[in-house]
Amino acid sequence: MTLTAEEAARFAGLLEDNSDALVATWTERVAATLRGRLSHAELQRQHSELRKAFQQALSGGAQAIGDEPAAELRAQLSDLSASRARQGFSVTETAVSVFAFKAAVLTIVDQGGGSEAALRDYVALSAFVDEAALFTSDSYVRVREELIADQAEQLLELSTPVVKLWEGVVAVPLVGTLDSARAQVVMERLLQTLVDTGSPYAIIDITGVPAVDTQVAQHVLKTVVAARLMGADCIISGIRPQIAQTIVALGIEFGDIATKASLADALRYVLGKTGQAKRLGR
Amino acid sequence: MNQQGELIQVNSDQDVVRVRQLVRTVAVAVKLSLVDQTKLVTAASELARNTLVYGGGGTVEVTTVDNGRRPGIRIVFADQGPGIVDLDLAFTDGYTTGSGLGLGLSGARRLVDEFDIVTAPGAGTSITVTKWCR
Repeated sequence: MTLTAEEAARFAGLLEDNSDALVATWTERVAATLRGRLSHAELQRQHSELRKAFQQALSGGAQAIGDEPAAELRAQLSDLSASRARQGFSVTETAVSVFAFKAAVLTIVDQGGGSEAALRDYVALSAFVDEAALFTSDSYVRVREELIADQAEQLLELSTPVVKLWEGVVAVPLVGTLDSARAQVVMERLLQTLVDTGSPYAIIDITGVPAVDTQVAQHVLKTVVAARLMGADCIISGIRPQIAQTIVALGIEFGDIATKASLADALRYVLGKTGQAKRLGR
Repeated sequence: MNQQGELIQVNSDQDVVRVRQLVRTVAVAVKLSLVDQTKLVTAASELARNTLVYGGGGTVEVTTVDNGRRPGIRIVFADQGPGIVDLDLAFTDGYTTGSGLGLGLSGARRLVDEFDIVTAPGAGTSITVTKWCR
């Protein structure tokens, strides 16, 4: 049942005449669901703006949420979804703001006597509000997906630090899955740090990489070759027994690249080569 | 005695990660040794990536099996891709039609106990691997 132009106009009038009562009932219902996580004043402000937008859409003759007169309403609903999504509300808690509008309208229709015609009008409005709620949920999901994509990007940055271990020695502790995107970030960071610090040695620690398959090995080997081209020597550390056996079975050759079981071994090896260990009295 | 397996659709790099996680979980559950866990997870990673890259996506099914004496894990990698024309060449270490090291298929065969491949040009590829508890 879609909303006819007259029905829409009648509701626009109803929303206009009962604006205060409607917003009050509406806010009360939503506040009960959100259990105080949004202030009453904030909800009241959002709802009176939404009421205005609903009224505008209906008086403009909107029959579906996608119609031209409902543009302002759509913008309001998108804003609402975006703010709720960012504040960590669930999709239910977001859509409830729209669904509760129906309940509030029904209260007013009841007060008006609740004639059969009025109820039929209400059912038509209900379909319109449902569409609005679906639209709200859709935009909520869209905002959440954007958030997730942003976080994935931040994680990529976070998870690939290049640290200076000693004078002339930098280390890259790799943690998690090394896919092509991360391998690229790691290589760029490492090469840049080698230039910035003028370090002749780099240690790539793979202790935190759960599975070293041919793809991971290939990425690590490429990074080592690139570092060598820049004059730095690379040591791969964190080769645990099970990883060593797997690498052998896979047939991966690390050639003349130095590999060590632990980061400590790798550091000792480098310091031994540079002679710094002796100066430290060891 | 075969148990109901778990099926994963492989259509992206994230799915390869999911395959790895599932295989590791199942491997821990049937009490595979740490070395065998790592070998099987690595083999699954190689083959799932082959399914994705060369087979154009497909499915991976992980089942626990029991041959009466010891438990094990069976994994089936199936795709509807172009298939493999020359199996001997494909199993040659260092041979690749892509940009990898050319060790995935041959290496995976060395990492598991049983390895069975059914393929034909244009008819997709299905690889079944099994690892038994020692």
